[in-house]
Amino acid sequence: MTVTVKAAHAAASAALLTLMLSAGAHAARTDVTIGMVLEPPNLDPTGGAAAAIDEIVYANVFEGLTRFGPDGAVEPALAASWEVSEDGRRYVFTLQENVDFHDGSEFDAEDVKFSIERALAEDSTNAQKPLLENIADVEVIDTFTVALNLAEPSGDLPFNLAWGDAVMLDAASVDTLATAPVGTGPFRFDRWVQGDRVELVKFDGYWGEPAQLDKAVFKFISEPTAAFAAMMAGDLDAFPNFPAPENLVQFESDARFAVVVGSTEGETILAMNGREGPLADVRVRRAIARAIDRQEIIDGAMYGYGTPIGTHFAPHNPAYVDLVEQSATDRDAAKALLKEAGHADGLVLSLKLPPPAYARRGGEIIAAQLREVGIDTDIENLEWAQWLEQVFKGHDFDLTIVSHTEPMDINIYARPDYYFGYDDADFQALMADFAVETDDATRTELLGEAQRRIADEQVNAYLFQLAKTGVAAAALKGLWENSPTQANDLTRVHWED
Amino acid sequence: MIAYLARRALVLAATLVVASLVVFTTIEIVPGDPAAYMLGLNASPETVMALRRELGLERSGFARYLDWSTGMLRGDFGVSYTYRTPIAGMIADRVTVSLPLALFALTLAIAVALPAGLLAASRRGGALDTAVMGFTQIGIAVPNFWFAMLLVLLFAIELRWLPSGGFPGWQAGVGTALRALILPSIALALPQAAILARVLRSALLDTLGEDYIRTARAKGLSPRATLWRHALRNAMIPVLTIIGLQFSFLLAGAIIIENVFFLPGLGRLVFQSIASRDLVVVESVVMLLVFAVVMVTFLVDLAYAWVDPRLRR
Repeated sequence: MTVTVKAAHAAASAALLTLMLSAGAHAARTDVTIGMVLEPPNLDPTGGAAAAIDEIVYANVFEGLTRFGPDGAVEPALAASWEVSEDGRRYVFTLQENVDFHDGSEFDAEDVKFSIERALAEDSTNAQKPLLENIADVEVIDTFTVALNLAEPSGDLPFNLAWGDAVMLDAASVDTLATAPVGTGPFRFDRWVQGDRVELVKFDGYWGEPAQLDKAVFKFISEPTAAFAAMMAGDLDAFPNFPAPENLVQFESDARFAVVVGSTEGETILAMNGREGPLADVRVRRAIARAIDRQEIIDGAMYGYGTPIGTHFAPHNPAYVDLVEQSATDRDAAKALLKEAGHADGLVLSLKLPPPAYARRGGEIIAAQLREVGIDTDIENLEWAQWLEQVFKGHDFDLTIVSHTEPMDINIYARPDYYFGYDDADFQALMADFAVETDDATRTELLGEAQRRIADEQVNAYLFQLAKTGVAAAALKGLWENSPTQANDLTRVHWED
Repeated sequence: MIAYLARRALVLAATLVVASLVVFTTIEIVPGDPAAYMLGLNASPETVMALRRELGLERSGFARYLDWSTGMLRGDFGVSYTYRTPIAGMIADRVTVSLPLALFALTLAIAVALPAGLLAASRRGGALDTAVMGFTQIGIAVPNFWFAMLLVLLFAIELRWLPSGGFPGWQAGVGTALRALILPSIALALPQAAILARVLRSALLDTLGEDYIRTARAKGLSPRATLWRHALRNAMIPVLTIIGLQFSFLLAGAIIIENVFFLPGLGRLVFQSIASRDLVVVESVVMLLVFAVVMVTFLVDLAYAWVDPRLRR
């Protein structure tokens, strides 16, 4: 009796196993769970600068007239094509037709007018309003044609419109964007369990190539050890910006995972308050730059992930000029420069550090490096809110370390009231020329000049380009390798059998 | 008994009013602007001002205090600056994680501590007593986040019996939700159980030395009956105090464990809100915790009166 029961049991298990195996072989998984360090404060990309917002909604839920591709190139999105007038002051966009918002309403030129005018309004809380301020008016030509007239000629417009802050919205749903976003993307918002996760599901009425996933879950795990455990336990399928580079080696040696190291738009700099005091002297700034050993910081603070930079520009950009050698480590030269500037008997500077590991770990290493040339630092660890208040707004600092993650942001050096206080009429003129230039070759040339200028002036000490260190299940394909903008574009993501 | 209750209730109300003032003023003077935090490095100062106006941050502190404190009386905590949703709902969501977690952990702690404390006290100086004391020493000394990571390594990564963290929500089923709370509860319960067992043991040993115990023994009552009927009841006062404190601590202080297991509880809400300077949320959660602590103390006071009739006067 026992024997027959056992046999039946075994047969049933075998049958079940075969069934499961064959099911597994034919139907690949269509859901994905992605880990993120920070939970977004809300889901409205037009009402805040938090990277976590775009990491969920960019390209997935919302689309703009243009968009960034995986390589950072500007591609058409809701605008099928566009034409620029000779003088660079007027852009005419031909819109995609048959595009529906997730709530069923149709996308047309009026939505473009509404979205852009909302971002530019007096009481707008759009964090990237300066990018769009050049738009003088939005002219609806017909249902699917719209013209943007600019105050100044600009070659940057398609690039600026690709930002998450310039996505297209439906007037009917703007009041609930923060908690229930409605866009035109291949995924629609399903639910948000605050503190835990956001769930997106495939939007069946998508106008373009449909997504290959049916469901995407973004889970928020800020503790690096917890992130590691969740990946190891299989509770997560991918962690595109893994918070603990020290653990990547373990993932690399495990066949279940693929580690992907790519580039980001994050220029990590030792910013110097050049308004007054010793740092107003270019010789002191140069001395600091030459006292620093970039590779030591990359190895020590980032476990080797990161590319040295010599100016405020992303090395993977075609217009990048490699100026690393110009401020290569030379502590004797640094001491000589300090002596020349009248600081032979030493200098004490404050070094204020925001929370990320690159700043906290990097800060300790930089402090040790500066000590070798006779500069002592008072290190102060700040939370982000304090950093924004004291350093960014109050300009109460000598040195700080921060990664500028916005793409193509060299024009911050043209803002004399920006936190590092670089006021240079020549540079400002250069940027003004660049903004109105539409010829690509001349634009590249101007960008090169700008990079050299801020490196010569040594406005800040340029450390390294932040790497994107991600880990994912080996069978999960289609995630972005690099991070031209802060996004987890899931449109091409799929499981391989 | 009525007078006793009324006195305690009055103290409770006064404590809450004073606490709301202290909480509001101390949190409001923390430097940092929620609007600047939300808008990042590229926004213009005008945009920051526009957002401050939208959030009502340009009004005087006094006006905001009045709105907030009178709103709370109606159960309306206001709207979060960063999440832009009503705070009452956010807190309610988090309580559905934190409260069960605290209760689960406390139940576990009591279930382990009561027998351990009783055994140790009844076999004073024996091998069992030494073993219990040794284990509780370790239980107190082990940092609970480290213990939590060991639990994850064993049960989530190696054995794959339980999830490594996260909370699926109660709508996913009671069983699934409770499974997610098992490891965090164990991690939280260990040090609490150790403390409770030691307190119970020493309280029992104290009462066992009392005259009435000797009288009871002299009348021929067995050691076991003396322990259960006379000693345990009298040893309950310090034990109840500790349980009350532990419950308040577990409700508010599980923040580290919530981070290790990425649970969406109250502790993590406060943590996130402080970082983003979402001050109304911090103030409201802190007030709620103050309320919970005061209420638990009140209930513990009532329990004292129940176990010790002398306190009813």
